[in-house]
Amino acid sequence: MNKIFIIISREFSTRVRKKTFLVVTIFVPILFALFYAFLMWMLLRDDTQKRTIAVINESTLETPFQKINNTTFQYLDQNVPESDYAEFLKKNDYYAITRIPANVMTYAEIPVFSTSQVPMELKNELAAQLRQNIESVKRAEVIAKSQVPDLEEELEATKTPVLVRTLLVTDKGDTKEGSSEITSIIGLVAGMIIYFFVFMYASQVMKGVIEEKTNRIIEVLVSSVKPFQFLLGKIIGVAAVGLVQFLIWIVLGGIIMIAFQALFMPNLDLEALKNASDLTMFAQNSKINTEQLEVIQNLAKTIDPMFIMKFLAAFLFYFIGGYLLYASLFAAIGAAVDNETDSQQFMTPLSIILVVALYIGVAAMRSPESPMVFWSSLIPFTSPVVMLVRIPFGVPAWEIITSMALLVASFLFFTWLSGKIYRVGILMYGKKVTWKELYKWLRYKA
Amino acid sequence: MSFFKALNIVKTYANHKALDDVSINIPEGSIYGLLGPNGAGKTSLIRIINQITAPDSGEIFFRNEHLKPTDVNRIGYLPEERGLYKKMKVGEQAVYLARLKGISKSEAITRLKMWFEKFGIEAWWDKKVEELSKGMAQKVQFITTVLHEPELLIFDEPFSGFDPINVELLKKEILGLRKKGTTIIFSTHNMGSVEEICSHIALINKSQKIIEGPINQIREKYASNTYQLSCRYNPEFDPETIVGTEFEIVSQRVEDERQDIILQQNTYCSANTLLSRVLPQADIISYQKIIPSMNDIFIKLVKEQLS
Repeated sequence: MNKIFIIISREFSTRVRKKTFLVVTIFVPILFALFYAFLMWMLLRDDTQKRTIAVINESTLETPFQKINNTTFQYLDQNVPESDYAEFLKKNDYYAITRIPANVMTYAEIPVFSTSQVPMELKNELAAQLRQNIESVKRAEVIAKSQVPDLEEELEATKTPVLVRTLLVTDKGDTKEGSSEITSIIGLVAGMIIYFFVFMYASQVMKGVIEEKTNRIIEVLVSSVKPFQFLLGKIIGVAAVGLVQFLIWIVLGGIIMIAFQALFMPNLDLEALKNASDLTMFAQNSKINTEQLEVIQNLAKTIDPMFIMKFLAAFLFYFIGGYLLYASLFAAIGAAVDNETDSQQFMTPLSIILVVALYIGVAAMRSPESPMVFWSSLIPFTSPVVMLVRIPFGVPAWEIITSMALLVASFLFFTWLSGKIYRVGILMYGKKVTWKELYKWLRYKA
Repeated sequence: MSFFKALNIVKTYANHKALDDVSINIPEGSIYGLLGPNGAGKTSLIRIINQITAPDSGEIFFRNEHLKPTDVNRIGYLPEERGLYKKMKVGEQAVYLARLKGISKSEAITRLKMWFEKFGIEAWWDKKVEELSKGMAQKVQFITTVLHEPELLIFDEPFSGFDPINVELLKKEILGLRKKGTTIIFSTHNMGSVEEICSHIALINKSQKIIEGPINQIREKYASNTYQLSCRYNPEFDPETIVGTEFEIVSQRVEDERQDIILQQNTYCSANTLLSRVLPQADIISYQKIIPSMNDIFIKLVKEQLS
């Protein structure tokens, strides 16, 4: 037993001390966070620049544009030839010049000439205002022509605000508010993380096994510990690396979330927001608009602490279970071949199963109740990915228990099976191994 | 009491019998040569002794007790195909391997420092194995094999990959370990080193043990009762006058004023009797029984089994 710990600690410490581990675990998430922080900062930054845009109005519209934030409009009396625009802008200190053509009521394409790039936001605002103005003029004309009394009010009354709230009903009769978009995204992200973790760490086990075999250190090692013990130590050691990486990510994620909140929504009371029905007050207090607030509100409603705990527990279980299942099989493959290129023929079937699991996971996001999704969330080779996608939608307890029990049973069985192949394979050199050969190895005496 | 015994070991792989009812008995304090051509089953037997694989049938006793899993800590093994983690530092790796043999970390470090000093390789401690030459890595490997002071050491072709100077160093260390009481199994097909350092041998060929015993007894047994008489060359001396009824001449030759006569003894004749016949006629340099080399015995026995 003691020897297994020595093996675990070597497998763990040699990997954790590698530069790549440090980079992937700490720098990459920080880099991502900084990138998003920068993007958000760019988006939320107040447009404080004062601008004046000159307008040559050839249309019948009276005022195509009104004031937008810090941008004002100056309507010109006389025409300016296009070739003089640059000089004209400079002389009058205008930010831009635009010409509203006479046919704007039927075909509204307007040029905006500026000496610098016009911000996207301003451009969108210009389009929105112009459209609104054209539409209201046209509507007034229609109303005047139709001579229906109070048409304007009635038309106004047709505008109906619509909000779809999704609610979960539990067996106990409680209802819980939740957003299906957010739950499905959480599930899919978790499923993808499982997929990558299992693949990444199981391949690390295989690489380690191949390294020991080609190095020829394995014969020395198995003269000190039983091959199965050694394999177990290796698998657990690599799993520990994965768990530590995951924990660091959770902690880093928490810190980054708190930092984001402090940066972009300093005065936001999440508890109050959760129960609020009118978001405009919140929007005034923070720098975020109501649409973004709605997303945050949904998130806050969906992710209650109980759900997070349960989901994390399920995640850990399926990560460890799925990893153990695949890692032992990958280890057997590593032991059977002499180098990584030869491993392809045995890797391919497993890779296909994993990729299929990921695709079913994506499908589960759209139709979590389909039979294919149901069965693949029970079958051990696909369940780690698919079940995690399903869980946020609510899965009956017996299904989760069955799926977990099957996973445990199958990794015990396959670890035992792989152990037998491993034991023989690590001492076999220069043989092109076939499936038939592997079957023979299973029957050798330890 | 026997030190290490393997009885009636049988090991079969798929369709090939690697060991067919092989028994060996290793006396304590011996250097036990395990000889045999490639593919004879030496490595299979060694792996069974190391409990890397289990025999299909047969029993193994270590100091009269059945071999148990914890016995791996009492055995040191240097495989023929050996290697180390290339990316791991020498010192760290040696400590790891020692700990797997049941030695505490601090004890491993103390002993390693001593060995590194002895071999003059202290500077390698923090080097990665990939920075070492093959010979250097072999030295480190040797140290890790003996560090836990096992009662039984198993060397499989230990000298392959070493230059002559390091071979000498290694031989000295192996003999030193024997002096301290370690029993050593020495698997090889290099007969020169066998005669030099082994006290006992077993010859394995085609999955079967052909012969086993103290090396001197075996050589004695295969001696064909021939003798070599060397004298200073004297043209007057006729060897035919000394053979009597007991001997016949196999061959003779003259070289550098020296005459060598090979005699086959057919009936017993003491050395004194023969020498008294020569004494008046020639100036005797030496007279000795011809003992076959292990190499000769090896080839003879392997060929015998073949036919």
